[in-house]
Amino acid sequence: MTDHKTLTIALFTVFIVVTLAITVVAGRRTRSAADFYAGGRSFSPLQNGVAIGGDYMSAASFLGIAGILALSGYDGFLYSIGFLVAWIVALLLVAEPLRNSGRFTMADAISERLRSPQVRVAAGISTIVVSIFYLIAQMVGAASVISLLLGVSSDASRIWTIVAVGALMIFYVTVGGMKGTTWVQIVKAVLLMIGACVMTVWVLAKFHFNISDLLGAAAHQSGKGDGFLQPGLKYGATDGWSKLDLISLGIALVLGTAALPHILVRFYTVPDAKSARKSVNWAIAIIGTFYLMTLVIGFGAAALVGSKTIKTADPSGNTAATRLAEYLGGGPGTNGGAVMLAFIAAVAFATILAVVAGLTLASSSSFAHDLWAGVFRRGRTTDAGEVKVAKIAAIVIGGVAIALSVFARELNVAFLVALAFAIAASANLPAIVFSLFWKRFTKAGAVAGVFGGLVSAIVVVSLSPIVWGGASDTKPAVTLTAAQADKCGVDAKNKHVGNATALLSCTKVAPIPLENPGLISIPVGFICAAAGTILTSRRRTDADDQAFEELEVRALTGAGAH
Amino acid sequence: MTANPSAAQTAVNAAAAASRAAEAASGTPAAVLHADPRFRELKHRFRWFVFPVTAIFLAWYLLYVLLCAYARDFMAHKVVGNVNVALVFGLGQFAATFLTAWVYSRYAARRLDPLSAELRAEAAK
Repeated sequence: MTDHKTLTIALFTVFIVVTLAITVVAGRRTRSAADFYAGGRSFSPLQNGVAIGGDYMSAASFLGIAGILALSGYDGFLYSIGFLVAWIVALLLVAEPLRNSGRFTMADAISERLRSPQVRVAAGISTIVVSIFYLIAQMVGAASVISLLLGVSSDASRIWTIVAVGALMIFYVTVGGMKGTTWVQIVKAVLLMIGACVMTVWVLAKFHFNISDLLGAAAHQSGKGDGFLQPGLKYGATDGWSKLDLISLGIALVLGTAALPHILVRFYTVPDAKSARKSVNWAIAIIGTFYLMTLVIGFGAAALVGSKTIKTADPSGNTAATRLAEYLGGGPGTNGGAVMLAFIAAVAFATILAVVAGLTLASSSSFAHDLWAGVFRRGRTTDAGEVKVAKIAAIVIGGVAIALSVFARELNVAFLVALAFAIAASANLPAIVFSLFWKRFTKAGAVAGVFGGLVSAIVVVSLSPIVWGGASDTKPAVTLTAAQADKCGVDAKNKHVGNATALLSCTKVAPIPLENPGLISIPVGFICAAAGTILTSRRRTDADDQAFEELEVRALTGAGAH
Repeated sequence: MTANPSAAQTAVNAAAAASRAAEAASGTPAAVLHADPRFRELKHRFRWFVFPVTAIFLAWYLLYVLLCAYARDFMAHKVVGNVNVALVFGLGQFAATFLTAWVYSRYAARRLDPLSAELRAEAAK
């Protein structure tokens, strides 16, 4: 019998060695600021499309969605759909004009016509906040996933996992810049697609390629019957607020993607707008295929492994995909099972590393280019100086992310992914769309939109059941385990706890029963941006109009684009 | 939509010549391009396509989300075997995404790219 842990660690090591080598080679070819921030704008549409997939498909969307599908059935599909359809907004409204109007960062594109340090600061802050929230979610997730995969659950192993993942991402970014990060993402995306494809075909073959049989078996094995194949087991299951929460999640997913800074900077890595369009098309093909496969993997895990077995291993279902891999290979204790488990575990590991590297690069680029060079030094910098600051920023931001993740390692931070999408949709999207398409848009409007969206999203979440877990109509009382009761500091028979993983209090009822802030914060972001613009529209000058005309020409024709 | 982009370009060429005379008076190269009737046409074609298509696409998605929240009996209705309306509707979102991306790319290649390349080439001179 092969021990899957040895094999898993061996495959992890191979991936790390290969990606480090790629990074070092890419680093030698990184000379200018355009190389470091934008990979020299020399990637092909296919390469960039694959890298976008590698940047976007996080462990949350592989292990997480498969887990939700395996435990709560259809509701996992809602995530897949939101994550995919969002790309149309990116394709139609953002990718090409952004590629033409910006240089290295999201803030470049927004402040291009507004020419204001305040706008740059606001967009830079939003970039860094979104990226750090997303980073913490990935790193804490990485710690628990890798602990599960390796079967070690000590606190020290979690801390070391976070530190190791953080150290690797800092290395990828500081040594390899955008070129190194892109290649890590390409390697990861190829591995992830191969892994998902093998499992999908294998699961389908078990059911003689009859989808209906697979669905029937999944519904039967889940113990939930036909309800497993319908929306509503997880989201919108209780009162009217929970239905609004479902809509809120859907809107944030679809509007957030096109405003995620680490995704936007990928559009700068290709030579022109047409290549940006083609890379989004490749990304849509890859991401769409991937999410169709997760549907088979998630339902396959429910049908073949069983929801109960998956839930016993990990209550959130994060091990559904790896358990399924083990089953397909021949089951626990077999050589085939160990090989498949190790392979899928290594794929998950690669997935995490590629995403955190992209996030670190986007946030450190924004720090160096927007805050330091753009505002603090007011453009009086050299390329080399800026890149040096970006590398230092990667180390500092990476260090902060490591520290915050270690601090938050015991908390339930899965909500941070949805929060990052919501902030992107509320704070960044109004500024991006209005600055590209609204002639009258002003500096004050941009600053008001960014801060209005950012602050309102965070305020709504801090008043939500994620922070205050008291039982209510929206969050009915749960039966507590001994560990949960202990953590909450209540008796195990306490009937006033609706969310035992609440951050501040398990028994106080949340003032706002929405876990997803988008439904409130996205309109607030747009209204603030519009109101700020209307209130200051009299201060607009001919120079402002001229700047917008220049932007329009550049965005649509690419004349004068970097 | 005409399939031939050069027809539309010829149509605006006359007006372009007129505007070129006026452009000497105005300032920057960008302002010149912005005043060019071919640029107005490009902007019109771009906005005419992406704004309505984005709106229709988002409405189709919102309809799906609303049905998931409020029309669960309808979504639970079985179509073939164990395949229900919810699954078909969900796959319909995938289909709409692929279709929209394909239609836009075709439209852009035929109606936007040639005009945009022409203007960019002139600006580079």
